[in-house]
Amino acid sequence: MPGHFEPLPGGGAAVALDDVEISIIRSLAVQLLELIGPGPAAEGADPLAELFAEGPSEPPADPVLRRLFPDAYRDPEQEPGTAGEAEEQRAHSSEFRRYTENDLRAGKRENALTVVRSLDGLAPAGEGGAVLKLSTDESRQWLGALNDLRLAIGSRLDIAAEDDTDDLYRLPDEDPRKPMVMAYLWLGGLQETLVSTLMP
Amino acid sequence: MGAVTSPAPAEIERPQSAEEVFAVPEPDVPWVTIVHNDPVNLMSYVTYVFQSYFGYSKDKATKLMLDVHHKGRAVVSSGSREEMERDVQAMHGYGLWATLQQDRK
Repeated sequence: MPGHFEPLPGGGAAVALDDVEISIIRSLAVQLLELIGPGPAAEGADPLAELFAEGPSEPPADPVLRRLFPDAYRDPEQEPGTAGEAEEQRAHSSEFRRYTENDLRAGKRENALTVVRSLDGLAPAGEGGAVLKLSTDESRQWLGALNDLRLAIGSRLDIAAEDDTDDLYRLPDEDPRKPMVMAYLWLGGLQETLVSTLMP
Repeated sequence: MGAVTSPAPAEIERPQSAEEVFAVPEPDVPWVTIVHNDPVNLMSYVTYVFQSYFGYSKDKATKLMLDVHHKGRAVVSSGSREEMERDVQAMHGYGLWATLQQDRK
């Protein structure tokens, strides 16, 4: 079934992808990897130092990364009551970031890498394209990566409210955002069908 | 709040405001993890996350997902601050927008 994951007997999921679809997913996953960054290991060779490396204390400058790694103590709908409260939330968010963001980045990196690896391992089918088969573990990693990709594209497209999505459905063909919107909707279909194969 | 740089003595004697009470939290007041609405995350995916991470039933997970969707937010777990930090980190791992705060009623 093109564009739809189907459950495999005994666990896991499969989807038929053509060459263009494979290259779109791969290229988006690679862009996400570049955005997330290589992790502390690339900077210092000492694995022990990496284990104790502290993460950043400031929110990322890029809006996609700010969405992937939001402030843990700042309620987006509730302004802090006092300057002191705002300062306390900022300090707690910073501390949370220092000891979680490296791990969170590593998890998202691992998911995106799984996507690239499974696409690179595909055996070509008859007339272009291939059938991608995932184990249950790989399905979970794909699910996380597909969600991160949609969050990234959604952030780039400025999707901040339900109405924004409705507007995007109605974009004229000549709109420069159209290809990104098509990719966003298509990835949504892939994710939706992949979730349904994993529902407990 | 206005910028009060030099409070008058009268203000010092004023009874504590709600904010000041929050600044010195009671240690036994539980913390909560709140998941916020996001137009990108699929409803099925959010339900899946609540079921697989928290082990909630399909009904409970669906109800929480609908609260997030319609009310803009839902309290998805409560407990100690450390436990809630763990839950918030897990939610961020799944790509859900979560925050924690002390449960002031």
